[in-house]
Amino acid sequence: MNRILVIAEHDQGHLKLATFAAAGFAQKVCAAAGGTFDFLLLGSGLAAAAEGLRRSGAAAVLVADSTELTQPLADRCAQVIADTVRARAATLVVAATSTFSKDILPRAAALLDAGMLSDVIDVRREGDDLTFRRVMFAGNVIATVQLDGPIKCVAVRSAAFAAPAATEALSPVEAVAVDAAALPKFAEFISRETKVSARPDATEARIIVSGGRALKNAADFERLVGGLADQLGAAVGSSRALVDSGITPNSLQIGQTGKVVAPDLYFALGISGAIQHMAGMKDTKVIAAINKDPDAPIFEIADYGLVADVYEAVPELMQKLKT
Amino acid sequence: MKILVPLKRVPDPDTKIRLKADGSGIETDGVKFAVNPFDSIALEEALRQREKTGAAEIVVVTIGGEECAEQLRTGLAMGADRAILVKTTANPDSLAVAKVLAAVCRKEQPAFVIMGKQAIDDDSNQAGQMLAALLGLGQITFVSKLELTDGNRRARCSRETDAGIENLTISLPAVLTADLRLNEPRYVSLPGIMKAKKKPLEELTPESLGVSAASRTRVLKLERPAGRKAGVRVKTVDELIAKLRHEAKVL
Ligand SMILES: Cc1cc2nc3c(=O)[nH]c(=O)nc-3n(C[C@H](O)[C@H](O)[C@H](O)COP(=O)(O)OP(=O)(O)OC[C@H]3O[C@@H](n4cnc5c(N)ncnc54)[C@H](O)[C@@H]3O)c2cc1C
Ligand SMILES: Cc1cc2nc3c(=O)[nH]c(=O)nc-3n(C[C@H](O)[C@H](O)[C@H](O)COP(=O)(O)OP(=O)(O)OC[C@H]3O[C@@H](n4cnc5c(N)ncnc54)[C@H](O)[C@@H]3O)c2cc1C
Repeated sequence: MNRILVIAEHDQGHLKLATFAAAGFAQKVCAAAGGTFDFLLLGSGLAAAAEGLRRSGAAAVLVADSTELTQPLADRCAQVIADTVRARAATLVVAATSTFSKDILPRAAALLDAGMLSDVIDVRREGDDLTFRRVMFAGNVIATVQLDGPIKCVAVRSAAFAAPAATEALSPVEAVAVDAAALPKFAEFISRETKVSARPDATEARIIVSGGRALKNAADFERLVGGLADQLGAAVGSSRALVDSGITPNSLQIGQTGKVVAPDLYFALGISGAIQHMAGMKDTKVIAAINKDPDAPIFEIADYGLVADVYEAVPELMQKLKT
Repeated sequence: MKILVPLKRVPDPDTKIRLKADGSGIETDGVKFAVNPFDSIALEEALRQREKTGAAEIVVVTIGGEECAEQLRTGLAMGADRAILVKTTANPDSLAVAKVLAAVCRKEQPAFVIMGKQAIDDDSNQAGQMLAALLGLGQITFVSKLELTDGNRRARCSRETDAGIENLTISLPAVLTADLRLNEPRYVSLPGIMKAKKKPLEELTPESLGVSAASRTRVLKLERPAGRKAGVRVKTVDELIAKLRHEAKVL
């Protein structure tokens, strides 16, 4: 029987949708191999977030609420996760892939002497064991793997798992005692430089408009990529080339070493299609590419390719979409 | 001050990855290998900190077969002072890598460890965080700016997260993992290569360090993902809109 702990992610109390995909993974394990799952929320002032987790079929919503956890610092969070895993005798710890989970879950795994798999896209029962599929080599290889040991940790790609259907019944909320004095405090938070954006997060959007080196400066990016995105209610993304040249912030980078997304529609505007970029978006349902080079590799994976200059085609697209 | 920089040997990021016919591994014949790009960034940062603070010994370490000496020599040619090869034929997973690195750290007692945030072959993004946990030290992942403070007893870092840049301080020793924008690694120079040949390269084994490189991960099979097929070329913006609206129905 699996006892699963799903680490819920939130941004200042706002739940990340990917958390529900992680719960979907947990449900899939339970359906295949039996078991139950709990959510674990860490932070402070979590009442609303906890409420938002009560209709997803969890046995319990565990809440570790402490002012010492207001910032998601790895040393503290990993300690609370490891303590909770031991107290609840959990056998499987799950989170959705993000910089939050990448920071804390491997640390918690090592505290528990547990093996961990990143970027899991599927799970199956095989005899008494679970078999996982995960992505490696910038999306060019899928590995089938098993994990030894009494406790397993996995980070799952949110696009690969559907959220659980909402339940009538409400999961009970339980407080997890946090011994604030005993938490490790190696790191101290100073500040966060977030750009407040009215646009949706790329990992949660149905449509993403993404720009590459073709965009010559931040104003052009904002006008063309941002403009088209706003018209469609879409998120914006960018290649690494633009992040490196300071035109876009790192939080917009899509790819092997940025965000991995799988929206319904992805516009690649002036992006060549390097394998490291494609690793972050090739599970998109429909890819539309505009590039002036007819041989750009992006056309090899695009559903619809238009050979054109983005400076001409995008304003025309915006104009004609109004009608 | 001593800085420890783990390096991993990985296929060059520009090589096309091919699988062996039986799916047991990747084809390594004719593949060019390199230092994991994130590890080059970590080493570059160690070199720059040495340039800033005056004195530091930089030790590069890798876990793997004889062939990994090549990447250690690259590290020495970039400017590291000495190298450690922990020889094993096992394919250690991130936890096993972290256990071996922890043993090396106990022996070497570095002021801090800086390493890549992820190896670009297996893409796990785990080893640094696990190492920090095993050593009972703090960690800062995805570092894009590093400044040593308080007489090298603390560090002030910026890190890249999904939500933007985060600024933190941390007590040293600690484990830091490097992100892409921390710096631009230098090229290896010819005099650097000549000097590297004379620098010490020590060989150890997991056994001699009193740890095991055995993995909890068992890779059963590798496959290619179902590829995407190229779609169609459209000639005009009008045609693109029509396809997205009426064929794909995504607008
Ligand atoms: C270890 C490592 C990790 C990496 N991780 C990532 C990652 O996570 N994400 C990522 O994106 N990259 C990543 N990269 C970088 C990647 O290899 C490419 O360099 C990058 O994606 C290129 O960005 P680009 O397509 O915008 O630029 P380019 O490759 O320069 O392409 C620009 C394209 O725009 C077209 N163009 C130019 N002007 C116009 C115009 N006016 N109209 C229309 N088209 C035009 C050109 O034909 C060209 O195809 C990584 C690289 C390494 C080594
Ligand atoms: C074809 C193939 C088959 C495999 N089969 C197995 C198997 O059957 N069983 C098994 O357990 N593993 C196997 N592995 C190995 C395993 O998948 C990874 O090597 C392991 O998970 C480490 O993950 P990572 O390299 O992504 O580390 P990450 O956690 O992404 O690495 C982060 C950082 O850790 C450091 N680091 C990582 N590795 C080393 C190293 N060796 N030396 C020095 N520093 C290092 C680097 O600084 C790196 O930047 C296989 C790998 C391949 C390619």
